[in-house]
Amino acid sequence: MAGYEGVLILGELGDKNQAAGITLELLGLGGKLAQGLDEQLKVVLLGNNVEGAAAELPQYGADKVYLADDPVLGSYNPETYLSLLQSVCEDEKPRIFLAGSTPVGQDLAPRLAFSMGTGLVTDCVGLELGDSPGLLCTKPTYGGNAMAVFVLDTMPQMATIRSRVGEAPSPDPSRGGEVTKLDTGAYTRPSRMEVAGQVKEETVGVKLEEARVVVSGGRGVGGPEGFSQLEEMAQLLGGAVGASRPPCDSGWIPPTSQVGITGKIVAPDLYIAVAISGSSQHLSGMSDSRHIVAINKDPEAYIFKVVDYGVVGDWRSVLPAFTCKLRELITE
Amino acid sequence: MQEGLEIIVCVKQVPDPEGPPSAFVVDSEALRVVPKGIPPVISPFDENALEVALRLKEAHGGSIALLSAGSGISQAVMLKAMATGADELLLVEDELFDCEGPDSSSTAALLAAAIRKKGGFDLILTGRQAADTNSGQVGLGIAQMLDVPAVSLAQKVEVFDGEVTVERVLPDGHEIVRVTLPALVTISHEVGDLRYPRMADIKTAKERPRTKWSAGDLGVEPASSVRARILELSQPVRERQCCIVDGDTPEEAGERLALKLREAKLL
Ligand SMILES: Cc1cc2nc3c(=O)[nH]c(=O)nc-3n(C[C@H](O)[C@H](O)[C@H](O)COP(=O)(O)OP(=O)(O)OC[C@H]3O[C@@H](n4cnc5c(N)ncnc54)[C@H](O)[C@@H]3O)c2cc1C
Ligand SMILES: Nc1ncnc2c1ncn2[C@@H]1O[C@H](COP(=O)(O)O)[C@@H](O)[C@H]1O
Repeated sequence: MAGYEGVLILGELGDKNQAAGITLELLGLGGKLAQGLDEQLKVVLLGNNVEGAAAELPQYGADKVYLADDPVLGSYNPETYLSLLQSVCEDEKPRIFLAGSTPVGQDLAPRLAFSMGTGLVTDCVGLELGDSPGLLCTKPTYGGNAMAVFVLDTMPQMATIRSRVGEAPSPDPSRGGEVTKLDTGAYTRPSRMEVAGQVKEETVGVKLEEARVVVSGGRGVGGPEGFSQLEEMAQLLGGAVGASRPPCDSGWIPPTSQVGITGKIVAPDLYIAVAISGSSQHLSGMSDSRHIVAINKDPEAYIFKVVDYGVVGDWRSVLPAFTCKLRELITE
Repeated sequence: MQEGLEIIVCVKQVPDPEGPPSAFVVDSEALRVVPKGIPPVISPFDENALEVALRLKEAHGGSIALLSAGSGISQAVMLKAMATGADELLLVEDELFDCEGPDSSSTAALLAAAIRKKGGFDLILTGRQAADTNSGQVGLGIAQMLDVPAVSLAQKVEVFDGEVTVERVLPDGHEIVRVTLPALVTISHEVGDLRYPRMADIKTAKERPRTKWSAGDLGVEPASSVRARILELSQPVRERQCCIVDGDTPEEAGERLALKLREAKLL
């Protein structure tokens, strides 16, 4: 498998057409791998009007940036993105290819892996160089009930990574890198797919993934009224409201509030779980929180095994008193 | 297009993912998870996919084939799924599933070969990810191998005039994607739960056509397409030392919790 070299990252754009947080995290993670291999760190960035974002990436450690800038790339069309990305990978022959576990990464990485006939490990929580030097990819399986380390036998070795696994490097403005513009003409042909638009839910207040405090409710909250109480407490703490899956399925709270393996992955300073039993699927999305608190009426609930502070009791009685005391302490 | 839709739903048998953590015994030597005291079920997102297929069949007519690859596939589990309204069962049994197990790429190769052998289809549905692998690759892999367009993470699927329109889940909403048939769509739980079969239908489901293939029958050698190997398997460490905050009344416990959090400088 000679000829494969370097680490290539799929760059993504965040708000205001700047490099997304996950991309900077991957630069941190990929930078370590590239250093370990003594090879280059490269980023490929696709989008519309993204030269500014591309120009910033060398500061974060990118030795090379491949830029595809075209109005057609302004929204994600899997087939267009795939053909561009595949041609970059075939020309560049990266040893390692990394993408985020994001809507684009989750969709595009498997397509790319299958098109190139190579292996991919999705949703990794850890990456390490083994000897040989194969990439060791750690990921939860069985809904978080097991943790598996995979090794890939083919090149490029591909992985998608959860947010907050890598750490964004601090920018070094003196660092230079080469930005190469790709010719997009050949790839912007019509595809078999049409992306006809997006419908966004408005988030009021703090974003769940970015909140330093998350107050989550489970099935035991019993209905939308209960969630207004959680909302009140979250506001008091400057945090956001999340949920386990049942409240989302029941429409007590928007599905975008789901925390867990098939929802959002959060790791706030403080996570308060109200009437949540502690399924592996839920824990997978929040067990990296710095401090965890649970309120549950069942003393045997599994959640008490994985939290720092617990109150056994009906949240309907515990929560109002807790919130009231909080208000007192905060305004003191 | 002919009358009705020919739909294939890929369903995988897994140990019940809603089982308690203690039911998933990690054998770090054999590199596998041994389920303890939990029944096999159809992976939940595959059930959601079957529900989508049933609704499309109700709206457009046509037929539904269930396709499952594995070893020791439970009759009872498959019959129950068939009884909700599927017309045909296709099983691929291979001993590769006994040991370490095939990866996404060898599984997709097997399923794609089975679909080729079956013949025509309008729509293939899979789950967004299997409850054991948590991988989310096999559906997109099948589409790539069969060269049909694919849309992942559907929360709503409608077919109209030879096109399928999908609402694709995003972290803060959804997007609308349209592709021409034949196509593959991977399904997320937002579409809704699978209906319950009637007892009477479970009986008649036994009589529906069923085909069983081995990898050899399909002309595939799954081991040759394995690209990801498990090196280590362990039980995740999540447990923490829990400080139980109590009081004479739940209200008192609630107040104490607030005090405790301040003491720990968490506010
Ligand atoms: C493939 C798959 C993916 C999944 N993905 C996710 C995911 O991303 N996120 C997720 O959360 N789940 C997910 N699930 C679902 C998961 O398995 C659990 O079913 C779910 O997390 C349970 O939610 P819960 O704890 O709110 O409900 P339950 O397990 O029903 O627990 C409710 C708890 O509330 C307590 N309670 C009830 N009333 C009160 C009261 N008045 N006061 C105090 N406590 C009370 C009870 O003691 C109980 O512990 C997934 C499942 C599958 C199969
Ligand atoms: N052995 C299998 N038999 C049938 N369908 C499968 C099998 N493995 C995976 N699938 C389908 O592919 C989806 C994604 O699986 P995975 O990529 O393993 O997460 C599942 O939800 C199933 O619909």
